[in-house]
Amino acid sequence: MNCDVCKQNQATVFLTQIVDGKMQKVNLCESCSREKGVTDPTGFALADLLLGLGAAQEIERSGATQKCGVCGFSQADFKKTGRLGCSHCYETFSEGLQSLIKGMHKGILHVGKKPSRLAKSLEREAQIKTLKRDLSKAVSEENYESAAELRDQIKQIEVET
Amino acid sequence: MSIHNILTNAGEWLRGDGPHSQIVVSSRVRLARNLKNHAFPGWAKKTERLQILEAIKPRVEELPEMSDAFSVYSQDLTALEKQVLVERHLVSREHAAKGVGSAVVMNRRQTLSIMINEEDHLRMQAIRSGLQLKHVFKMIDKIDSALEERLDFAFHSQLGYLTACPTNVGTGMRASAMVHLPALVLSEQINQVIQAVNKIGLAVRGLYGEGTEALGNLFQVSNQTTLGEKEEDIITRLHKVIEQIIEHEQNARQMLLQKKPNTLLDHIGRGYGILLHAYSMSSKEALNLLSFIKLGIDLNFFPEECRQPIDELFIETQPAHLQKGSQQKLAADERDSLRAEIIRAKLKAFPWPDADRVKPPDADPTG
Ligand SMILES: [Zn+2]
Ligand SMILES: [Zn+2]
Repeated sequence: MNCDVCKQNQATVFLTQIVDGKMQKVNLCESCSREKGVTDPTGFALADLLLGLGAAQEIERSGATQKCGVCGFSQADFKKTGRLGCSHCYETFSEGLQSLIKGMHKGILHVGKKPSRLAKSLEREAQIKTLKRDLSKAVSEENYESAAELRDQIKQIEVET
Repeated sequence: MSIHNILTNAGEWLRGDGPHSQIVVSSRVRLARNLKNHAFPGWAKKTERLQILEAIKPRVEELPEMSDAFSVYSQDLTALEKQVLVERHLVSREHAAKGVGSAVVMNRRQTLSIMINEEDHLRMQAIRSGLQLKHVFKMIDKIDSALEERLDFAFHSQLGYLTACPTNVGTGMRASAMVHLPALVLSEQINQVIQAVNKIGLAVRGLYGEGTEALGNLFQVSNQTTLGEKEEDIITRLHKVIEQIIEHEQNARQMLLQKKPNTLLDHIGRGYGILLHAYSMSSKEALNLLSFIKLGIDLNFFPEECRQPIDELFIETQPAHLQKGSQQKLAADERDSLRAEIIRAKLKAFPWPDADRVKPPDADPTG
């Protein structure tokens, strides 16, 4: 059996883990397992590697946008490293990442800690987003009166921040 | 504080006085965080990495918890010094490979360690002796809350904290406990335990050694997933599982004492004999034999005052710790001789092992 990473050497390290009932298997050669830090169980490396391999394939299959507009990271880079380029990459590659993240985690929605300072501005952002959607609907329906009202509300929130 | 202080004083978790510390060596929680509007360390160019570093490092140093900290740029540490920190679980192996653009800040007690520009901009950990996951989580959560007052972390309303690898998004948290399970290994029940723990989404791995081999019968149990579950729920679940593992290990010890006392004592006695008389000892052999002595202390084969020296030997016989005292790098065979010498010296002070003292483990071993 060949190594899943370099696809050349004979695999000698076999890893199996069960994540939420889904079996993940990776076969590695000696040098790849050392290089990927699989021998260091104190690191994040093992789980990352197991899931990272699938990750690259998943993104490739989805044929998502090729490059991140913010950091220039590409699908090919992800395939090589199993890591993303910047936080905006999560938007850029969101299509492929969605099913990938769903497969590797317990849920798809973060329910834990939120940065307290950010929580407020997130709330405001969400508010503006809803208002803007209502606004464009009002405009398309030529409902200019409520459109003007919505514009005022948006301005109000933006001034406050 | 200097690297010298850190190198010569073992951290709190190595003193082994936390709850359940006979079986649970240490508890640790790590959080991954990144700054908004910056590329992740692995993708950022050097100048950007330096900007990130200079944005974060002063904020970490000014935390009250870090008033007596040791703070150092990666390039200012020697390879050996980094390796010592790896062996003490204060930096990851990946971080030890970094040079210019990375740094680490740790407190004097070595219970907190903040890596800057590892795989993520921030990898923050708290580690304590014994089973105290809730406590270490609180420690690192406090640091995180203080830092996010001053730093803008990358956070997504659905995905939570964003990390370089999608496996860590959400809480960005890995909680783990290092456990010593010699009786489960000896009685060949360990694979069952590992499988049961895997099924509920937690991971068990050997701490030292390659592949599935677990040197020194030391294992690490940790959460596998980070998204879709609250931090406190992950910690509680892990804590409960560790408590069950402790119980299984205690039962296995009891069974061995009842059914195969001589097999058990033979392992401990032979371990003692070899460690006391060997003149060359590999790291692998040392870990495996020290594990039996540690078990022997838990079972009263050796008196309680032997515990600290044995726990220290687990770390002191690691390659970098062995070499930190000598001026130049030692070859493998020189290391093996030195290792044997250090072990012999410590074991000489031990009283003769006494099989009559051996008693089954307590029902509630909190010692
Ligand atoms: Zn390979
Ligand atoms: Zn990007």
